[in-house]
Amino acid sequence: MADENGILLECRKVTKLFGDDGNTQQVLKMVRDGVAKDEIQSKLGAVVGVREASFQVHQGEFFIIMGLSGSGKSTLIRTLIRLIEPTDGEIIIDGEDVTKMSEDGMRKVRRNKVAMVFQHYGLLPHKTVLENAEYGLKTRGISWQERRDKAQSAIDRVGLSGWEQYRPSALSGGMQQRVGLARALSHDPAILLMDEPFSGLDPIVRRQMQHEFARLQEEEDLTTILVTHDLDEALMLGDRIAIMRDGEIIQIATPDELVTNPADDYVASFVEGASPARFMVARTIMSEEPLTAREGDPVEPMLNQMRERKIWSAFIVDNANKVTAVLSYDALNRAHQSGTGAISVGRQARKPVTCDPEMAISDIFPLVLNTRHPVAVVDDRGALEGVITKNMLLEALAHDIDYDEDEVETPSSETTTEQANTEVTSV
Amino acid sequence: MFNEFPDTVEIDLRTRVNDAISWLLDTFGGVFDFIAAVIRTVLLNLEDVLTWMPWPLVLGIVAVLAWYATRSPLNTVVLTGLMVMIGMFGYYDLAMITLAIIIAAVLISFVIGLPIGILAAQSDKADAVIRPLLDGAQTMPAFVYLIPALMFFGLGRVPAVIATVTYAVPPLIRLTNLGIRTVSQSAVEAATAYGATPRQILRDVELPLALPTIMAGVNQTTMMALAMVVIASMIGAEGLGQEVLLAINRIDPGRGFEAGLCIVALAVIIDRITQGFADQYKESIS
Repeated sequence: MADENGILLECRKVTKLFGDDGNTQQVLKMVRDGVAKDEIQSKLGAVVGVREASFQVHQGEFFIIMGLSGSGKSTLIRTLIRLIEPTDGEIIIDGEDVTKMSEDGMRKVRRNKVAMVFQHYGLLPHKTVLENAEYGLKTRGISWQERRDKAQSAIDRVGLSGWEQYRPSALSGGMQQRVGLARALSHDPAILLMDEPFSGLDPIVRRQMQHEFARLQEEEDLTTILVTHDLDEALMLGDRIAIMRDGEIIQIATPDELVTNPADDYVASFVEGASPARFMVARTIMSEEPLTAREGDPVEPMLNQMRERKIWSAFIVDNANKVTAVLSYDALNRAHQSGTGAISVGRQARKPVTCDPEMAISDIFPLVLNTRHPVAVVDDRGALEGVITKNMLLEALAHDIDYDEDEVETPSSETTTEQANTEVTSV
Repeated sequence: MFNEFPDTVEIDLRTRVNDAISWLLDTFGGVFDFIAAVIRTVLLNLEDVLTWMPWPLVLGIVAVLAWYATRSPLNTVVLTGLMVMIGMFGYYDLAMITLAIIIAAVLISFVIGLPIGILAAQSDKADAVIRPLLDGAQTMPAFVYLIPALMFFGLGRVPAVIATVTYAVPPLIRLTNLGIRTVSQSAVEAATAYGATPRQILRDVELPLALPTIMAGVNQTTMMALAMVVIASMIGAEGLGQEVLLAINRIDPGRGFEAGLCIVALAVIIDRITQGFADQYKESIS
C-alpha cells in the first residue's frame, strides 16, 4: 500500500482559490510570491482558501489538521479526494497523483482507497442503518452477501448491534455518527478521512466517541486524517498535528512538540490553554542523567556523589543498562556504617517503579505518589533512559500556572530539588 | 381616414398557421396517430377497470387508502362519504370516466414531467430555457390548450387528455426541479465521497430525498387536471365536466351545482389520500 518510506498520502503545495475566475495564473503567481491573503483579495478579488499546503501521512499514522473556522482545514481535507477541486499542487495517494486523474479514475480511488466521515454525518435518511453502512461497498459493486457481512461486522465494531433495521432519524446524533463510522469502516479504507466527526456531538458523548475511536484506530491500525478545531481532541488523538491559519499550515508537530516548542505566537496562544499533564510525556520531562551504580561498585564514592548532586536515590543497573533495583541514601549509608564496602542488591534494595517514555505525565502521578524513589523511565527492553521525580512533575505543570512572580516567593530550583528529594527519602 | 386600419398592412397569420398544421399532419400524421393510440389504450384500459369494478369495491378501496394515508377514522369516514355522495347524486359512472381521464393525464404528466424536471435540476442551461416556457404555459389561459389539441387530434377524449397534460404538467416539472436542487448537500457529498456516479447519486440520494416535493408536484398536477377536465369537456371529454358544460348550456344551475360538487369531492378524495402518503414518507426520512 504505502511506498518504501511508508508514505500513504502526500500533499505537495496544494492551493485552493475561490473567486479566481479568469485570473487564476495571476493569483497563483502572487501566492507563490508570498503576497498576503488580504492583499490578493483586495487586488484581484480572489480568496485563498488553502495556500501551498504540504504534508505527508504515513501508514498507520493519525494525522490531525487543526485550525479555527475559516482556516481552510475542511477545504483542505476535501481537496484530498477532490470533493473540492484543488487549484494547484499535487496530491499523491498510494503513489498516484489524483489531481491528474479523470473523473472515472478519481471515482475508483474514492471507491477503493479512502472513506470519509462527515461532521453532519451525510447519511441517507431513507435507508436503514445497515443499508447506510454498506453504501460504500454498494458503489464498489460488491455482492449482496459480502456487503451485508462486512456492514454487519462494522456495525458490531462501532457498537450499533441491534439497530440495523432502524432509519437514521430514529437515532441520536452520537449514534448517527457511529453509522457514519460504520460506513467508513466497512469500506476498509487505506486512508480514513474525518471532517470534524465529533464536533456536532454533546460533550459527554464526544469524549466517549473520541476514546472509542482512539481504541479503534489502535486496534485496526487505521491511517487517519482528522480535521478538528478542538485542541484537546487533537492532542489526545493525534500522532502529528498540522496547525492551519488563513489557509496556511504553520506548523506540523507531535502534540508534545507543539506545546513545548510552538512555531510562533499564534500556535503558542493556541496551545496555551492546554493542560500539559494530558499530552506531555515522560520523555519530555525526565532527567537523562540518573544516578546509577552496578552491583559490586564501592559504596563510599557513591555516597559522596549522592551528597554532591543532592540526589538521594540510586538505580542499580546490569550490564545491559537494565534497572534491577533502587537504593536510598539512608540504606547505603547504613550499609557503609556496618562496614560493607561494595554495593549489593540485598534486603535494603527496593524494586524500582518504572514507566514508558511515551507515558502521559497525568498517568505518572499515581506512580510517583506510590514510591519514595524517583520513577525510572525505561524502554521496551527495560533499559534505563531517565528518571522522573515528583518535583519534575510539579515543575512541568508549573508552566501552565498563571501566577504573578513578584508576589509568589519562588525558591531557587536547587533548593526545591533538595527539599523534594529529602522529602522522598524521609517518607 | 384613421377609422379603419389599412388592410394593405394586414398580416394573414391564420391561413399560415392552418397551412402549417395541415403540413404537420400530412408529414407527421403517423406520429400523431401513434401518440393518440397510446393515450387511447391507456385511457380505455383505465376506464374498463374502473367501470368494471363493482361500486362496493371502489368504496372499499377508497376507505382502505384513506385509512392508510391519514390514519384517522374521521378522515376515512368523510372521504368514503364523499364517494357515497357522488353515487347518491347519480354521477357514479361519470365520476369513474372522469377519474380515468385524470389518472391517465397524471400518469402521462409524470412520464413527461419527471425527466424534464431532472434535466432542469442538473443543468442550469436547461433550467434557463425551461423556466420561461413553464412561466408562459402557466399564464396562458387554459382554453388555448384546447386549440392545438383539437387541431392535431380532433374531438374526443384523447385530445382532452393531451390538453389536460399540457395544462397540468408545469407544477410537476417545477417541483421536481426544486426538490432535487434542495436535497441536502451533505448526503450528496457523502455519496460522492464513496465513489457514486452521477446516475447512482440521482437514484440513491436525489430522487428519494426529493420525493416529498415531487409528490407535492404530482398532487398539484392532479388538482390542475381536475380543473382542466371541465374545460376539456368542450372538445369532447366525457364525464363530470360534460355535465357542467351541459348545465351551463341549458341554464340548469342545480345540475351544474351537483356535478361541480362531485368534482370537488373527487378533488378532496385524491388530494387527501396522496398528501397523506407524501406526509408519511416525509416523516419517515426526516
